[in-house]
Amino acid sequence: MAERSFAREVEDLRLGDGEEFRGEGILAITKALLQSGVSYVGGYQGSPISHLMDVLADAKDVLDELGVNFQSSANEATAAAMLSASVMYPLRGAVAWKSTVGTNVASDALANLASGGVTGGAMVIVGEDYGEGSSIMQERTHAFAMKSQMWLLDPRPDHTCIVDMIEKGFQLSEASNTPVMLEVRVRSCHMHGSFIAKDNVKPSFTLQDALNNPKRDLSRIVLPPAAYVQEQEKIKVRMPAAIDFIHEHKLNEYFGPQENAKTGIVIQGGMYNNVIRALQYLGLSDAYGTLKLPIYCMNVTYPVIDTEVAEFCRGKDAVLMVEEGQPEYLEQAINTVLRRRDINTKVAGKDVLPMGGDYTAQVLMEGIQAFLEQHDPMILGNRPPVPDARPVLDLPEVKRLRDVVPPRPPGLCTGCPERPIFASMKLVEEELGEHHVSADIGCHLFSILPPFNIGATTMGFGLGPASTSAFNVKGAKKSIAIMGDGGFWHNGLTSGIGNAVFNKHDGVFIIVDNFYSSATGGQDIPSSRAWNKNRQTNNSITKAVEGIGVNWVRQIDRTYDVTKMRDTLREALTSTEEGPKVIVASSECMLNKQRRVKPLVNKAIKGGERVVKERYGVDEDVCTGDHACMRLSGCPSLSVKVLDDPLRDDPVAAIDNTCVACGNCGEVAEAAVLCPSFFRADVIHNPTKWDQFKAKWTMKVITYLQRRRAGRRVQVAVA
Amino acid sequence: MKDDTIHLPLAAVGPATERPISIAIVAMGGQGGGVLTDWIVKLAEDQNWVAQSTSVPGVAQRTGATIYYVEMMPPLDGRKPILAQMPTPGDVDVVIASEFMEAGRSILRGIVTPKRTTLIASNHRSLSVTEKIAPGEGIADNSAVTGAIGVVAKREIVFNMEELAVRNGSVISSAMFGALAASGALPFAREAYLDIIRKSGKGVEGSIRTFEAAMRHVEPDDTEGGPAATELPAQAAPSSEMAAASPPNLGPSAPIETPAESSFDGDPRLKPLLARIQSLPVEARAMADAGLRKVVDYQDVAYGAEYLDLLDGLARDDAAAGGGAHAFAFTTNAAKYLANAMCYDDVIRVADLKTRMQRRDRIEKDMGLRDGQVMQTTEFMHPRMEEVNGLLPAGLGRWIEARPKLFAWLDKRVSKGRRVKTYSLPWFAALYIMGGMRFLRRRSLRHQGEVAHRDQWLATAQRLLNQNYALAVEVLQFQRLVKGYSDTHARGMSKFDKVMSTVTLLETRDDAADWARRLRDAAVKDGSEKQLDGTIATIRTFV
Repeated sequence: MAERSFAREVEDLRLGDGEEFRGEGILAITKALLQSGVSYVGGYQGSPISHLMDVLADAKDVLDELGVNFQSSANEATAAAMLSASVMYPLRGAVAWKSTVGTNVASDALANLASGGVTGGAMVIVGEDYGEGSSIMQERTHAFAMKSQMWLLDPRPDHTCIVDMIEKGFQLSEASNTPVMLEVRVRSCHMHGSFIAKDNVKPSFTLQDALNNPKRDLSRIVLPPAAYVQEQEKIKVRMPAAIDFIHEHKLNEYFGPQENAKTGIVIQGGMYNNVIRALQYLGLSDAYGTLKLPIYCMNVTYPVIDTEVAEFCRGKDAVLMVEEGQPEYLEQAINTVLRRRDINTKVAGKDVLPMGGDYTAQVLMEGIQAFLEQHDPMILGNRPPVPDARPVLDLPEVKRLRDVVPPRPPGLCTGCPERPIFASMKLVEEELGEHHVSADIGCHLFSILPPFNIGATTMGFGLGPASTSAFNVKGAKKSIAIMGDGGFWHNGLTSGIGNAVFNKHDGVFIIVDNFYSSATGGQDIPSSRAWNKNRQTNNSITKAVEGIGVNWVRQIDRTYDVTKMRDTLREALTSTEEGPKVIVASSECMLNKQRRVKPLVNKAIKGGERVVKERYGVDEDVCTGDHACMRLSGCPSLSVKVLDDPLRDDPVAAIDNTCVACGNCGEVAEAAVLCPSFFRADVIHNPTKWDQFKAKWTMKVITYLQRRRAGRRVQVAVA
Repeated sequence: MKDDTIHLPLAAVGPATERPISIAIVAMGGQGGGVLTDWIVKLAEDQNWVAQSTSVPGVAQRTGATIYYVEMMPPLDGRKPILAQMPTPGDVDVVIASEFMEAGRSILRGIVTPKRTTLIASNHRSLSVTEKIAPGEGIADNSAVTGAIGVVAKREIVFNMEELAVRNGSVISSAMFGALAASGALPFAREAYLDIIRKSGKGVEGSIRTFEAAMRHVEPDDTEGGPAATELPAQAAPSSEMAAASPPNLGPSAPIETPAESSFDGDPRLKPLLARIQSLPVEARAMADAGLRKVVDYQDVAYGAEYLDLLDGLARDDAAAGGGAHAFAFTTNAAKYLANAMCYDDVIRVADLKTRMQRRDRIEKDMGLRDGQVMQTTEFMHPRMEEVNGLLPAGLGRWIEARPKLFAWLDKRVSKGRRVKTYSLPWFAALYIMGGMRFLRRRSLRHQGEVAHRDQWLATAQRLLNQNYALAVEVLQFQRLVKGYSDTHARGMSKFDKVMSTVTLLETRDDAADWARRLRDAAVKDGSEKQLDGTIATIRTFV
């Protein structure tokens, strides 16, 4: 069950010809796939593409009607390999993932796919996670497109354009027998916009047709000598076919006055909106894109259409290439085009724009201004005042703020079952000293940040265990590797655990099993415990680990048991048994659990059933404000508050009403022998007669005792 | 819309060469920023404007800081405006911050500027993890944000929207939507906003109530003369007060309330003690009053007398050392920290506090217990032999301590996590009896240790008083480092010993008090003690 339900939004996928679609970019992409007549879709979740997977999962009915097969792929390589269905058959298919990380994983399959070529249109939708807010290393997908020779579409951030490019992309793929990549940046994926829909298309040639009439063609398989022929075919046949199609169907766009311009701007499609804003600041455009200088907008960034580039540049003194990130592939390509034709238009790019980082409107404005000052100062005319926040940032009041505003790193959610795992690790660390910890990708990666500060490296999804493999040496402290259930099924079972078994790695491997692919939005994975009508869930991680040959396995079914967690960890670290020590720490992702359980509880209470609701609290007069509990927790609902007591300097712990009663704070206080200020309050809704009777008489006695003592005590309270 | 329009000499474009209205919503993951964004987009679309929103959920979704961005503009002759995907510093019309430090962060991003930006911010705090993990006071200073807002925002609408929303049975996004409507930053009628909420379908009633309350808050009816749009977040801003807790001067380390003598409520046993306070310097009386009440509440009247005896002695020394010139800071700090030192945390105190009537009342209120519901609490306790042994008469306690094998055997029986159901008869009785064992306290092993610690600490402070007044005050404040039970207490004591022994190394230096304050600050701010050890290492390089 995914974090966000698109049950309502998927209805928009049924919109027909002429109706207006309004919504998130990722939904528009899904609709475009259906309008293109795909037979199959697949992919792997990860920001910014997670919602696409969630939409498809929720759109089962719509997909069934159209005969579209949707697979939640095991990983991106699986998804890429799925496109092989389009090699022999006229089947359109699309897969999606987070790039560049997903493309890294998929690249073997992609290279094979691109070499053999396709018959039906094959498209990879990549969520380009680049720039501010990105969660991964800053690289570009462009290099993959070039090296494998797949066409790279980079449409303007506009729903109409994106949808159009998807439809044309399939045609392009078929016209050139080449798989196509369509790149959408993070903000475009989550962008709200609109477009005019078309009817969905049911594929005329179906997957069943293909299975019933199997075909094979040796020349499409990457085997010598076919592989050498394929290389030539790419260069001599497919590339020219693609260039013709792109040119003929005008996939690239021209904006502004094309005649008699001294200068012009060449842009990647994705840069368009921010470029227009930058030009607006410089007085060279209005809000509707009425321009004073020409733009050549490359909605296809690979291949570069030499003739179009040459035509655009010819007669101009200089052009500016706006290309985000490094290296400057397009700038180099344009220079080559111009040199070969001996066109002496100057090409600016990374000389006036930064080599790396987000191309915000501000950055673009500065770059374009520098370019025009150098090559066409007249066009800038009387410079209008441009937005400038620097004077504000230089104010002493704002400078002072710099030291005050605390960083706000992402952290584990309230009640997260992973928190007690890391609290236990901290406790063991106090006993046995620090260890080398290899972290992995997933929610548990937040353990790298305060308050836990655990984990030295992350090498990729599911590669936590593999990245300790060098430390397979005797005598020293054991290495610790952490991996999530998502990473485990993505590849970690073989690359990490299988590898450790085979090499007799005497390390400790913690598999964090929270029943979902939680970090990407709670999608189901093979070990999910939920019943899923479309997938086989409940496949045990422990069994898989044992099956691959691990002898020392401990399954912990309630991670909140900090004492047990700590003792198991200690046992693993001090064990003399040979081979990997695997701890599978399982508890349901609290975010998902709450979503599942909360409505049921509320319903039960309303229906008059006896329900015990739990919440934790802190006795503020018992708490002394040391905050040791916070250093072992970081729970959002556990905070501090300042008491109105002149004798107290330090704020005390306090738990707010977002507490979900996971029990971590109490367990930690107990295991770490902190202080007795935590308590759990159980409130019985709709108590039984017996509950009420018992409570009434117990409280009578208790109140008597309390009164008795209060009466004897010296009254110190100020009236 | 904007007044600094850039008019281009372009044909057919006319007056629409304006920029769109831009709104940035800075929030933390899970604060409803997404809902508010959707509402604003729909609001604009319902007026036949073109609206575009973007966001980066990414990893920031889990409690990290994140930003949503909306641009809107009417179409022109069927042409849609081209809208940017992220805010440009210096060019944002409205910034909505769902938390006060996030408002500060938006200012640092340069998106709040005096010519342009209406800043709508809730001044409640949601503390960041770095503020929480300090082993003492680590909360960021709100006044810095208030000060910056004052100079950077064109218009500010700042109040506690979280509290207003909760009070009206909704969430903060409704309050922010109301504040936005009231700000008049968008050229849409109030009804249009309400329409959006009505169509949202979830918790409509509470949302509308909150929306309207927020509107009233910003635009009070003239007849009612309600509160102004901007309140100083003084109550919500403990940190600005707490700034005094770590003063470079000699002031007392906490704000002092007015002396309480006038409000004496008449427990005759307390009266003679309270009278004695009058002989103390006037500056120290309020603190001594609070201290005395705490000590008597902790033990008994005799213990209060002991407190005053000690305090009298310290005050005399203070006067002799020319304390009048320092506003008797020594006595005031002594009144505070001596009380804290005398009220050390032990099993008796915990049991006493947990069994009090007010305690249950407080929890019932916190949990919102209603009639017909039944409440029980479970305590997470982990007593060790150290705690039990500390309670025994000093002689017996020392006898057991001297026999490690016996001690370990007993510890095995005592030391384990115990879940105590406070309001079940057997457990309550056990706690009640333990809480009543105050008569054992003053003869106990623990008490002897605490008295020895106290005497040594006060002796050091008194010795330094004539030599370096400021340093003596700092030494009194070191007591702040000792807190808690069990491991926490042990850690506090070790920190205390560290700073104490370091200070004696440099007590003859003129800047000794500054170093003492630095040591204390380091110990209070950093749980890992790395900062403290670093400061000590620095000191050791020059002594």
